[in-house]
Amino acid sequence: MQAPACGNRAIRGDRDQPMATGPILCALVALPFIASLLIAAARGRSRGVHSGIAAIASATGLALLLTVAGPALDGGSTGIVIDWVPAIGLDLSLRVDALALLFGLLILGIGLLVVIFAHFYLATGEATARFFASLMLFQGAMLGIAVSGNILLLLVFWEMTSLSSFLLIGFWRDRADARQGARMALAVTGGGGLVLIAGMLLLGLAAGSFDLATVLARGDVVRASPLYAPMLVLILIGCFTKSAQFPFHFWLPHAMAAPTPVSAYLHSATMVKAGVFLLARLWPVLAGTDLYTVLVTTTGLVTMVFGAWVALFRHDLKAILAYSTISQLGLLVMLLGFSLRMAVVAAVLHILNHAAFKAALFMAAGIVDHETGTRDIRRLGGLARVMPVTALLATLAAAAMAGLPPMGGFISKEMMLDETLHVALFGLPWLVPALALVGATLSAGYSLRFAVHLFFGTPRAAEPHGRAHDPGAGMWLPPALLVALAVLLGFAPMMLAAPIVTPVAAAIAGVPVAVPDLALWHGVNAALAMSIAAVAIGAIMLWRHGALLTRYESRRHVDAKAVFMTVLAVADDRVRSMIAWMHRPSLQRMLFATFAVVLLAIADGALTGGGTLAGTRAGIPASAPAILAWLLLVAATAATLHAQRQRFRALIYVSVIGLVIALAFVQFSAPDLALTQIAVEVVTILLLLLALNLLPKSPPLLSRAPRRWRDAALAVAGGIGIGGAAWAMLTRDPRDPISAYHLANSYSGGGGTNVVNVTLVDFRAFDTLGEIIVLGIAGLVIYALLDTTERGAAGARLRSWQEDMPHSPERHPVMFVMATRILLPLVLAAAIYIFLRGHNQPGGGFIAALVFAIAFLLQYLSSGFDWTDARRRIGEHFLIAWGVLVALATGLGSLAFGSNFLTSSFDYFTLPLVGEFELATAMLFDLGVFAVVLGAVMLALAQLSHIAQRAARAHAALAADQGEAAP
Amino acid sequence: MITLELLVASAIGVLAAGGIYLVLRGRTFQVVLGLTLFSYAVNLFLFASGRLKIDRPPIWSKTVADYADPLPQALVLTAIVITFGMTALAVILMLRAFLESGSDQVDGEACPASQEDEA
Repeated sequence: MQAPACGNRAIRGDRDQPMATGPILCALVALPFIASLLIAAARGRSRGVHSGIAAIASATGLALLLTVAGPALDGGSTGIVIDWVPAIGLDLSLRVDALALLFGLLILGIGLLVVIFAHFYLATGEATARFFASLMLFQGAMLGIAVSGNILLLLVFWEMTSLSSFLLIGFWRDRADARQGARMALAVTGGGGLVLIAGMLLLGLAAGSFDLATVLARGDVVRASPLYAPMLVLILIGCFTKSAQFPFHFWLPHAMAAPTPVSAYLHSATMVKAGVFLLARLWPVLAGTDLYTVLVTTTGLVTMVFGAWVALFRHDLKAILAYSTISQLGLLVMLLGFSLRMAVVAAVLHILNHAAFKAALFMAAGIVDHETGTRDIRRLGGLARVMPVTALLATLAAAAMAGLPPMGGFISKEMMLDETLHVALFGLPWLVPALALVGATLSAGYSLRFAVHLFFGTPRAAEPHGRAHDPGAGMWLPPALLVALAVLLGFAPMMLAAPIVTPVAAAIAGVPVAVPDLALWHGVNAALAMSIAAVAIGAIMLWRHGALLTRYESRRHVDAKAVFMTVLAVADDRVRSMIAWMHRPSLQRMLFATFAVVLLAIADGALTGGGTLAGTRAGIPASAPAILAWLLLVAATAATLHAQRQRFRALIYVSVIGLVIALAFVQFSAPDLALTQIAVEVVTILLLLLALNLLPKSPPLLSRAPRRWRDAALAVAGGIGIGGAAWAMLTRDPRDPISAYHLANSYSGGGGTNVVNVTLVDFRAFDTLGEIIVLGIAGLVIYALLDTTERGAAGARLRSWQEDMPHSPERHPVMFVMATRILLPLVLAAAIYIFLRGHNQPGGGFIAALVFAIAFLLQYLSSGFDWTDARRRIGEHFLIAWGVLVALATGLGSLAFGSNFLTSSFDYFTLPLVGEFELATAMLFDLGVFAVVLGAVMLALAQLSHIAQRAARAHAALAADQGEAAP
Repeated sequence: MITLELLVASAIGVLAAGGIYLVLRGRTFQVVLGLTLFSYAVNLFLFASGRLKIDRPPIWSKTVADYADPLPQALVLTAIVITFGMTALAVILMLRAFLESGSDQVDGEACPASQEDEA
């Protein structure tokens, strides 16, 4: 087996690189997960420890990523491939190219700032360990998506982001809205993830590989594939659910129930950007077709306008930012949908800008909430005077969002508007520019409103305003850094943005892209005119906001949450009624259907398979005793069926069948089986007798004649089918059985001549180990079921149970008691003998345990439960547990000697008087088998006799009470 | 000519038929009996897959070249023991269900405990 450890497999990359890259990449991805575990382990420590570990992990990750950034910035990539599940094409393949680098930097960089911000934001009583552990889990998952070099691996990380974001959004789990928001996010993004899996599998099939680099290189093949359309739709649903595109957008505003640092992280640089990332990642493969352009551009455009429109009328700061995020994501999706290389450049630049200003804005909203106690914009205003630092930062960030110069947001918005002029959707060249202009206008409107209504004008409510003040540096520094980035991206785009945007655009497009001169001023052109119009109209909208708001609120709007809940409730109902329809409470009906279906399958195989029923193998002539035994078996079966309601009699007939079968095993050279069958027969009949004691003895007939005839017909057909299959098998020679190996190696390899026993404890010891564990579990379940019978309805019924059997006047006949006590040591000696000789002669742990159990059960029968139980030294639970442990330890012991699990070893020793004898580790294993079987059998029977005893005693006590009360 | 193979195959058929019929009855005890019969049939079937051999137990010896197939025997040995475990669990489940509900019916017909208690 190949151990999936870093560095021991071939390291592969697009260009020559030092061998150290592989371990660095592995460490990079592993780091957040390790940090998460560490934080969880340090649960009892202070907040500083938790945030400290998270911050160190993020910073170290950032440093590690920068060490491998070189090739990516030069337009190449660096990576490592480790086999994981090669059979399905799933490799542990990590790959850093420029796109992965950009997202990695955003995830880790903003992650670091969020960690610092969260340290100061969270109150002291909060479960900071859980918070930072979940945050690191999420960071690791996001980073995994970014650097995955295999699309199946990417899916694994994708699902992980859905799960970890669920934990983060629902962090305040005592709040209903947090729980509902988390559930909704999980349902939508997780559901989209499932759809994405289907899409990615189709993509892998179409491309002939799951390796990302290979897939990216086969864009033409994929686009020409007949699978392209369904695959595209499935992948897009995955991306759109994650990136909150209309109509899957509704989970994002509800995810605002998360703590603000989480929102800042999830909705600026990570979670929702994962969808955009995947669109960009697969751009060279998927983009370029009409279908792609129409679907993606339309979705993005609709989302951009819709999100911006709603954002204009929200009052919760975070809700405004949530809808603005939806809108901005729509913009990015739209740009990627254009299938134009220059639009990709604009998208990359805007990803950078959006990450900076949106994280800063969320943090600002968090600060306002933290310092004023409210996020309702209608109660705030004029905060610039009391919290000038926050006001400055948030206003600059909002200016970037509005696309005002000299911010970086201005440049990307200009480029976006310029690109819209090159796209004709549905054959209408004006459609995209017009709607994009509407979107830009609304964006300017809600951005200006965010800044102006929050920080300028007069305070609307005195209470939050009176409380407000700027936070400590720990809270304003992280957004300050982000705002500085947003500003510098505008002032020095060629220096800051171009070196990363150029390779990233090339990595997305798959070919080098000439990045145009990025600057604030491009002269007077159409885009500038549109920009000015957008800002001007946006300002007017702000001025007339009151009137617009009244009109907006006078109309009814579809509540997406209510729709979602209704859909869920309806689905829930449907599934419930379907289950109720299929799972009728009738065991008869289910079993009838099962048998009928299996029978039909057999009949179908027999009729369509061709060939004859009987083979040509010569049979063995039957002797008279054999025919007699057969007649006995058939008669006993018929008698069992006939006497099924005289239950004791039926039991006697069943035991006759068991004995005939044991005789058959003797006849057909299976002494081990014969011994086992007889012992099990005794134990089973004892068990059924004990159970019958508490059950109705001869209940009235239940089924009517037609049903009996129908069942009889099915039974006869089943019997003919199974018997016919046995006949067909027995009249043919076996096809090259593997048993020859067992026979040949039993003595030389297993050290025993009883091949059956050697098979059990050596060749197939793993099976046996599993089997005794199952048996032990069955014993424990029986204990659990019986030990609690005294409670509730069962207990009441048990106490009122009346003995309905005639009893011998002598409860413990002396002859019986004495005979069994004398027998006990003899039977035990025989059992030990059977155990010891098992390796070479018929016998072994299974049979010995059953004989042992019978010897003890005889004591229970003759001397009563109490007498025997008081003299019992070792508990059954103990036997089961130690049996499994001994068997397991024997198996593991062979590992210590460098052999495979459960390899046995043996040697011969000589003792004076005893002579030469053999010791094998297999015997130790057999001892474990012995203990488990003994424990399980005793547990079942002793417990059963115990509750009967308790019931009888309770009944006697009750009768005595009544007897006293009567006279 | 009646062969042992014919006897074994027909015995398997008879046991299976009896087991199926009993398993389809409406009371737990019959279902358990049916399971027992059906298990006999299945175990015998598995055993028979090693074909029938007389006086050739799979005890290795230098002088013997022909043996009964040991592998089905080993499998059936564990199957017999597991059958016991399964039967025991079914019996206990049936008993507990009877004690909880006062009914031993599995035909899905409503048979409230109170009715029986009154009767």
